[in-house]
Amino acid sequence: MSEETHVPVPYRTFILIWVALLILTGITVAVSRVDVGALNIWVALGVASIKSSLVIFFFMHLKQESILFKIGLLTMLVILAIFVGMTFLDILYR
Amino acid sequence: MSIEHRDDTGARFGMWLFLYTEVILFSGLFILYAMALAKYPAEFSDASHKLNIYFGSINTLVLLTSSLTIALAVSAIQMGRIKQTLILCWITIALALVFLINKYFEWSAEISHGIYPGSEQLAEMGPGITTFFNLYYFTAGLHGLHVFIGGTLIGVVAVMTAKGKVTSDRYTLLENSALYWHLVDLVWIFLFPLYYLLYH
Repeated sequence: MSEETHVPVPYRTFILIWVALLILTGITVAVSRVDVGALNIWVALGVASIKSSLVIFFFMHLKQESILFKIGLLTMLVILAIFVGMTFLDILYR
Repeated sequence: MSIEHRDDTGARFGMWLFLYTEVILFSGLFILYAMALAKYPAEFSDASHKLNIYFGSINTLVLLTSSLTIALAVSAIQMGRIKQTLILCWITIALALVFLINKYFEWSAEISHGIYPGSEQLAEMGPGITTFFNLYYFTAGLHGLHVFIGGTLIGVVAVMTAKGKVTSDRYTLLENSALYWHLVDLVWIFLFPLYYLLYH
């Protein structure tokens, strides 16, 4: 099996991602001080998901990995969604 | 001449599989959090306001920066810059220590205010607030343990790099330790807003 070697990601790319992560953190903190009702938690989770995607695709090099790695992540997320979904079906309609 | 059996992609995929199990481990705690939040929304807001947002925010900056330095370390070793790799690894470990020291001061302050699992003062605040803090200590504690393990792992890899066992041609150990470190960062990305930033 041939080894696929990754091209090193330039420092610049990582630093830009880091700046984006800091800005998003600032946004989460700022939004949490404004009352938008139940929306607060969804905004917080939304921003956290964007931050996670940046970490996973760039810092963790998922962007450079083969399709197998991406399917793996997707599978895990589907399992997680079932896990959460089933729990809430129980709690909300008990 | 011995034939070397080596599959770097396989080793990385194995690490990813392990990280999925880590996500499932933490998500169990986050699901408990979600269930309790649905039951005690007002109490969770009150409890969240008792946490120190400055400690939380500083530790967020510390972890995001440490994720940057370890990601840079992987690029550095791929380019054969061993000295830079080592410096970046040591900075990452130093940031891990800063995180844990902050945690020590944060928890000391909370415990001195009578907020810790099993305390009578906490029990008097009612079941909602007690649930919040029990989950907070368990989740942040498990996360802190991961910070400690990840920092140790990076330390071992840094020593191996200095000894020439991890090289620009063979750096899977550094890559996999970096992956673990990013997972620690990912968990904190969710933990921080859910525990520290609930609107009052």
